[in-house]
Parts: sequence; structure tokens; C-alpha cells
Amino acid sequence: MSSLEIKDLHAEVVTDEGNKQILKGVNLTIRSGETHAIMGPNGSGKSTLSYAIAGHPKYAVTSGEVLLDGENVLEMSVDERARAGVFLAMQYPVEVPGVSMSNFLRSAATAVRGEAPKLRHWVKEVKEEMGKLDISSEFAERSVNEGFSGGEKKRHEILQLALLKPKIAVLDETDSGLDVDALRVVSDAVNEYKANNEVGVMLITHYTRILKHIHPDFVHVFAGGRIVESGGKELADELEENGYVKYTDKAEPAKV
Amino acid sequence: MTVTNDAARTAEAAEATIPAASRAERFASYDVEAFEVPGGREENWRFTPMKRLRGLHDGSAAASGEVKVDADAAPEVRVENVARDDERLGEAGVPSDRIAAQAYSAFDSATLVTVPKDTVASAPSLIRLTGPGEGKTAYGHVQVRAEAFAQATVVLDHVGSGTYADNVEFVIGDGAQLTVLSVQDWADDAVHVSEQHLRLGRDARLKHVVVTLGGDLVRVSPTATFAGPGGDVEMLGVHFADAGQHQEHRLFVDHAVPHCKSNVLYKGALQGDGAHSVWIGDVLIRAAAEATETFELNRNLVLTEGARADSVPNLEIETGEITGAGHASATGRFDDEQLFYLQSRGIAEEQARRLVVRGFFHEILMKIDVPEVRERLEAAIEAELQAVGA
Ligand SMILES: Nc1ncnc2c1ncn2[C@@H]1O[C@H](COP(=O)(O)OP(=O)(O)O)[C@@H](O)[C@H]1O
Ligand SMILES: [Mg+2]
Repeated sequence: MSSLEIKDLHAEVVTDEGNKQILKGVNLTIRSGETHAIMGPNGSGKSTLSYAIAGHPKYAVTSGEVLLDGENVLEMSVDERARAGVFLAMQYPVEVPGVSMSNFLRSAATAVRGEAPKLRHWVKEVKEEMGKLDISSEFAERSVNEGFSGGEKKRHEILQLALLKPKIAVLDETDSGLDVDALRVVSDAVNEYKANNEVGVMLITHYTRILKHIHPDFVHVFAGGRIVESGGKELADELEENGYVKYTDKAEPAKV
Repeated sequence: MTVTNDAARTAEAAEATIPAASRAERFASYDVEAFEVPGGREENWRFTPMKRLRGLHDGSAAASGEVKVDADAAPEVRVENVARDDERLGEAGVPSDRIAAQAYSAFDSATLVTVPKDTVASAPSLIRLTGPGEGKTAYGHVQVRAEAFAQATVVLDHVGSGTYADNVEFVIGDGAQLTVLSVQDWADDAVHVSEQHLRLGRDARLKHVVVTLGGDLVRVSPTATFAGPGGDVEMLGVHFADAGQHQEHRLFVDHAVPHCKSNVLYKGALQGDGAHSVWIGDVLIRAAAEATETFELNRNLVLTEGARADSVPNLEIETGEITGAGHASATGRFDDEQLFYLQSRGIAEEQARRLVVRGFFHEILMKIDVPEVRERLEAAIEAELQAVGA
């Protein structure tokens, strides 16, 4: 049983023109077995929240706390957070030229598991997970994310989720860039991971359509750098109806 | 015809200026006295720290030692020590700067590596050149000859200490195929100035790989020329400069005959205070060189503050009848996004840095199909990587 507690989190984005306050007091607790949908308009700070949790150097936490099972996550380096069990499936996965996917995955698994997985088991495990996500085996020899389509990148993020087996998974707009079939494949993989592991999921999304595949226990509306309303599934239905107009001055639909 | 020019440079890179004079008018001579003593402001010396040349450029560096040559050649390959008046010497090209001319005027005997006509060497040939020792100066000359239709791989491994200037010739006969690797793996004190003359016969192929790792100052100037149509030269380079090191690579590809190809790819990493790399890529397509195909690319990865990469590609085209020509150069800092991505998967920072740098050089490794050469290069990169992130 794990929990990620976010308490009154304030964070800035660090830019060349100076820092800009984005997160303005985020409070949220995610426990194993729970799926929390974070829904909000573009630019509301959802990715900033995910980066602040993962420890991206461009985002500086100015106050507040993030605790994983009581441990101060904010004091950990980026890789320590990952090894502690926090995983971020990124909205825009990064290309790393010249580093093969297979080398990358094995290095990551070795780091997170604390020892190199036995080669024979590992090859089988990767093959199986790739199969579930409809990823062709040739991707193993390609450079990390390089030249991947948006959808291919997202599948690989979920592949990493399955292989690195985190306690807390933050999925940042995993649904964007996926067509209907890919969305189903990716959602199935997430659901399978949820069913077989003790994991708490933070599902960040702009649109409601992924919630038809991955069912949230809680829905939070995120606007202006914090959670402005929380509820159950019905809140998503309401967003689908009315968009974010209630929470911002712009009318932005939450449905596609 | 396609001409591309993507010369993105960031703050670490110096202003690139187009050389005042065309490479077509470049002066060359075997005679050192035919060159004026460079002061450091000349186009081809402006990046070089002249004081650190230890007098190689002004005649004050008298020979006081020798470079030791150890050869471990394939059985089909002949390695000889020949006198300076051997008529085969000088065939691949004429010295084009004062130090090369100084070296040409001052060497005692030359090392001649011959791959006989129609012969396929059964193994790579390794020539190890050990510097004259700390505080000593030597001049040398090496020629690698691949006679018509010969095929071979030759590795020139430069190690040890001291000050050394030389000319290295690669004479590639008609239809011959040669892969050469020149590794500058010098000790920290070494100064090495080398002009490398690449002369390709009709339908000849040359893969010329330069790897510069060690030394206080290393300046390698490869010049490629074509003796007949159909020549294909691939010039690859890997350089890795640490604190205080000056590494300079000045390439010149002179397309004067039709239907030849050149492809240049140099990649450098730099780390530490005062690490400096200079890459000059001059390509000249003369009026007669119809159906030329050329591309050159230099990329630099600046790993730490205080390191500086200068990169100056220069493409001169005197005919419209070419197949394709392009160049690109870019210098970037270490990409924090890549580092973050790898770390966010649990990979510790130091290992993540190594992965990224290794990945940066991977593109070049992929182009080297001789396993022994590739392994040598991989080992050299791995050794440098031990220092990354430290
Ligand atoms: N690296 C950055 N540089 C400058 N501004 C940024 C950066 N990252 C985020 N921002 C700004 O912070 C705000 C929140 O962005 P983000 O967290 O990406 O929102 P969301 O994921 O909800 O669309 C936006 O106004 C965005 O422009
Ligand atoms: Mg976002």
C-alpha cells in the first residue's frame, strides 16, 4: 500500500526571462488502487505538476511538499524518485539519438530493480509487453523515441510503465496523439497493469474520451495552477457537456 | 542540384567568417622557406595557439629525437623504412602550410606501407608511432600506398610524449579500397601537427577516420584530392577535448575531376575549462568537377562550461553541374531534456550522461564496418567517457 501526498505545492517554471509562478497550492493524495483523473484546460499547469513531481530541473518548487509513503520526494534526485517508485509517462517523450531502445530499457530496469534482469527472462518479458502494446520488435534497435510518431512514443511510455513497475504512475496526456485503436491498446495495457499491480494512477488529460477506457475513481478539475473542484465520474460527464468555461474565461471543450 | 546550408551555431561557437581567399588559390610547397613564418592572424592559423606550437612554425624547433615506429602488418602488406629521396614520396600531395613543409624538409627517413596490386589484406595492419619523449622534437613521414585494386585496413596509432610534425600520405590506386584510422591518443604534454594527404585514383574508395583524444595541442589537416573520376572519399572524425586541450581539424576536399564523391562527418565532445576544438571544413568544387556529390557535417557537444568549439564549414562551388552539395555545422550544449528523460527512468546521472555522449558518437561508429577499427574507436570513446560527469 503506497501513497503520494501533494501538499500545498507551489512551483515556478524557470525561464531565461525569469521565473513564472505556475502551481498555486496543489493538494492531492493518491493511494494504491486509486485512479485520479486530472482534467484541465491547456496551460493550466498540469504538465508542470507532473514535472514538479518527477523533478524536472526547469521547474522549481517554491513551497509545499510531495511525500511518497511519508518520504520527502522533493529532496530526491530525478533518478532517486524513479527508483523510489514514481513514474512519469510524459506528454512529450524526449528523443535520445544513438541510444537504442533495448539498451535504454535494460539500463532503466537494472537501475529501478537494483540488479540487471536475467537476460533470458528479460528478453521474454520485453517481447511480451511489446506484443501487448502492438509494438513491432524492430523498435528495440531504434534510438529512443527518435523518429517515432506521436502514437509510437506514447506506446513506449506505457511499455516503460509495464517494465519499471512503479508504485505511483503519472500519465500526462497519454491519450493525446492516439487514434481510436491505439487509445484502446494503450488503455488496455494501463488497465492490465493496474489490475496486476498495486499502483496509484494520476491520469492527466484534457479530454474525457480516455476516461471511457480507464475508469477514474476521482475526477479533479485543474485550472489556474491548482485543483478547483473534485468529484467522481459525474464531474467528467459534466465537463464533457459544458467544457471548461465555468473554470476559465475561455470556452474550451473537454470532449472530442 | 541541391545545396543545403544549415549552419546553426550557439553561444559557444565563434563567429564563422568566410575565408578571404578561395581555397583554389592556396599555396603549397615542399620547401619550408617558401612559406612566411605565420604570426597567428593568417586565416589558417587564426584559431591555433601559436605559443604552444613550441617553434614548429618558425624554424626554431630543431629535431632532437625520433618517433619510434612499430608495425604489426597483415602478411600481404609490406612495411619499409625508406630514405627521404625515395621517388614514391610526395606523390599524394604537397605541404600546404609552413609546419607541413618544415616536416617535409626535416624528416630523415619515411615509413612506407604498401598494399600490393590486386591484393586483399587478410587483416588490419597496425602501425604504432611513439612520440620522441617529453621535451623532444621529431619530424616524420608516413606513406600508405594501396596499389591498383588492393584492399586493406591500416591503423596509425599515435601515442607517447613530445613534439611531432609530419606528413602522412595515402595514395589510393585505381579501384583500390582503403580504410584508415589515425588515432591521436597522445600523452598530455604532446604537440602534434599533421598534414594528411589523401589522393584517390580512378574509382578508388577511401574511408579516412581521424580520432583525436590526447595531447596538449593536436592539429590534423587532411586534404583529399582526386586523380581520376569515380573516386569516393568518406572522412570521419571523432574528437574529445578535455580541460586545456586544443584539438584542431582542418579538412579540405578539392573536387577537380568529375563524378567523385565526398562525405564528411566529424563529431566532437568537449569538457573542462579551456577545452577547445576547431573544425574547418573546406570543400571546393572546381569548374571541371561535374557530377560531384558532397556533403559535410560537423557536430559538437559541449559538456561543461568553459569549453569552446569553433566550427567553420565552407563550400565553394564553381560549376552548376553537380549532383548534390551541402554542409551543416552545429554546436550544442549537453541536452538537459535527454538527461532528465533518462534519469526519470531511474538511470543515475553519471550513467545517463555517458549514454547520451555514447549516443552522440554512435552515428559515426555505425559507418565503420571494419570490426577491429570500430572496436578500437569504441574503446577510445569508452576511455574518455570514464571522465564524463566526474
Ligand atoms: N518550459 C517552459 N517555459 C516557459 N513557459 C512554460 C514552460 N513550461 C510551461 N510553461 C507555461 O506554464 C503554463 C503551464 O504549462 P503546462 O504545465 O504545460 O500546462 P498544461 O500541461 O496544463 O497544458 C503555461 O502558461 C505555459 O506556457
Ligand atoms: Mg501538458
